[in-house]
Amino acid sequence: MAQVHLRKIVKEYEGGVQAVKGIDLDIADHEFVVLVGPSGCGKSTTLRMIAGLEEISSGEIDIGGSIVNDVPPRDRDIAMVFQNYALYPHMTVYDNMAFGLMLRKFDKTEIKRRVENAAKILDIGMLLDRKPKALSGGQRQRVAMGRAIVRDPAVFLFDEPLSNLDAKLRVQMRTEIKKVHQTVKTTTIYVTHDQIEAMTLADRVVVMNHGNIEQVGPPQELYHHPRTRFVAGFIGSPSMNFMPAKLEGNGAALTLHLPDGIRLPIPAARTARYAPHAGKDVLFGIRPEHLTETRQTEHRANVAVFEAAPEVVEPMGMETLLHFWMQGHEICARFDPAVEVSPGQRVPMAVDMDQMHLIDPQTDLVL
Amino acid sequence: MAADGTLVVAEARPAGHGRASTLQRFARRRSTIAFLMTLPLIAIIGGLVAYPAAYAMYLSTLNRRMTANIGLGNFEILLENDTFRAVIWQSCIFAIGAVVAKALIGFWLAHMLHAIPAKGQRKWRGMLLVPWVIPPALSTLGWWWMFDPSYSSINWILNIFAVPSVPWLGEPWWARISVIMVNVWYGSPFFMIMYLAALKSVPDQLYEAAAIDGATGWQGLRYVTLPMMQNIISITVLFSLIVTFANYDIVRVLTNGGPRDMTQVFASYAFQVGILSGNLPRGAAVSLFMFPVLAIFAYFILRGINRRNKEQM
Repeated sequence: MAQVHLRKIVKEYEGGVQAVKGIDLDIADHEFVVLVGPSGCGKSTTLRMIAGLEEISSGEIDIGGSIVNDVPPRDRDIAMVFQNYALYPHMTVYDNMAFGLMLRKFDKTEIKRRVENAAKILDIGMLLDRKPKALSGGQRQRVAMGRAIVRDPAVFLFDEPLSNLDAKLRVQMRTEIKKVHQTVKTTTIYVTHDQIEAMTLADRVVVMNHGNIEQVGPPQELYHHPRTRFVAGFIGSPSMNFMPAKLEGNGAALTLHLPDGIRLPIPAARTARYAPHAGKDVLFGIRPEHLTETRQTEHRANVAVFEAAPEVVEPMGMETLLHFWMQGHEICARFDPAVEVSPGQRVPMAVDMDQMHLIDPQTDLVL
Repeated sequence: MAADGTLVVAEARPAGHGRASTLQRFARRRSTIAFLMTLPLIAIIGGLVAYPAAYAMYLSTLNRRMTANIGLGNFEILLENDTFRAVIWQSCIFAIGAVVAKALIGFWLAHMLHAIPAKGQRKWRGMLLVPWVIPPALSTLGWWWMFDPSYSSINWILNIFAVPSVPWLGEPWWARISVIMVNVWYGSPFFMIMYLAALKSVPDQLYEAAAIDGATGWQGLRYVTLPMMQNIISITVLFSLIVTFANYDIVRVLTNGGPRDMTQVFASYAFQVGILSGNLPRGAAVSLFMFPVLAIFAYFILRGINRRNKEQM
């Protein structure tokens, strides 16, 4: 078990392209940290630098109290699960899992004990004699995890391990990974582009964008208190709606002026926070789940209502998504499926103003 | 169409067309069509491989004037002949020595090439393939000049470094080494290109996984690269063994079997006995000697490949 510290980590490729632009991150012992972000945000590169598979251009990586910048991967006491599993096709499942221990000259009985123990945790005991070719995607994923578990390393690294699985299996394996972490409690760094995976697995989520860390925090904090427009838009599905607006009024009462003449009163609890920005253009951010039919918000304190005519209605079963456009901006609302809405029909929309966000369009920071 | 791929068309016809429809059905069967389509290839193999082989077997049982059948007489005479026993021994040294050297050099070259970034790799790959694309009779002539007793350029370079001249083609062992050297020079690029293709097919992530599992460079080669390349290595070695055992042109141009038949191999000796000495039946018997040797090699190598394929399925 170990802590991991990244200090001003930079990865610069030939031609001056920076994939990672000097990030700092402290990961506690036993913690499950998920690096999430869109393609090319530098999350995989960061993980590969921690693994030692990618050289660091500048900065320091500290695993378990020692700087590992120049330490080869084999001496970093880490184990990694790859996106395409990277199982050795010529070896049986047992040999795949035992390989790392065999190279480290472990005793044969100890190897057997560890492999069987890991196989029990992952429920793959009956597959030990098979070759990877004879396994399904989910089984291969388990073997890849088994290979990491038997080593009992200081840190587990996962590089998008569920991307190659179908949707149903992905949900199942997500739970498995969480269960395994709760059993072995090894410090884990997990990379994914899927924000749902990040939210469900992580103790803390690290949102990355363009080689920088946008925000680090527990999933709920990221959801309720995003610090930047990027995080606000990236976390949550469907993503947050953004509408251009103007903040009007004086210190006592503030009103948000939206396109189409819609006026939304700012809750009293927030007036002090937003007062310095009165008279300025802002971006109004609201999640689809906080833009619903009026019945759902009956017990909420600060609800504003406006009317809109959805152009597209998507019944999802457990909910119905309504899409409408406000001066070129697509807005999504989440309705109870019991409310029947047809395209073009004007319906009242209730906004839970306690869940709103205001963003400075100049800095993209949440106010 | 039925599940087995047969076209079911005739069933609806009246009973009077029974014979015609059976014929039609036969003609439309997938196996029939497949046979018809491979017929040209079968004809070529039959005409250029099976017929000459069968004819060689028949020839080897005749007497010198080809007037009487003497059974295995030619083989008995050959086995009692000291020169021929030396030819068997020399052929084995030549083929096994050359194939092992080609495999090792090809493996090393493939690794070197694989390590060069993709941009520069094409150029080097093209240059390293040159020996393999020049007709061997021509390139061997070049080597023959370089080995020339009076004007050898290799000796000239050796002399610069105060190393005495080497009688490349004059001494039996040096001549054997020279013949092997030229064959290795000619054949290594083939191994290199096959191994390079095999190396490229090994996913990088396997090496990364091995590095994290604790493998050093050598252990990566031993536990990842070699097992992943085993089938390609086996097939390449088998193919090269067959071609090298049957090699004729290098020996013919470089030493013509000399000195004192010390570099004769099966093919060159068969030519000498069969064509130059005019004993066609015995020449045929010499060339047939290669067959059992190669069959044994082929059996073991193909069995290994088959077993590995089954295991990894």
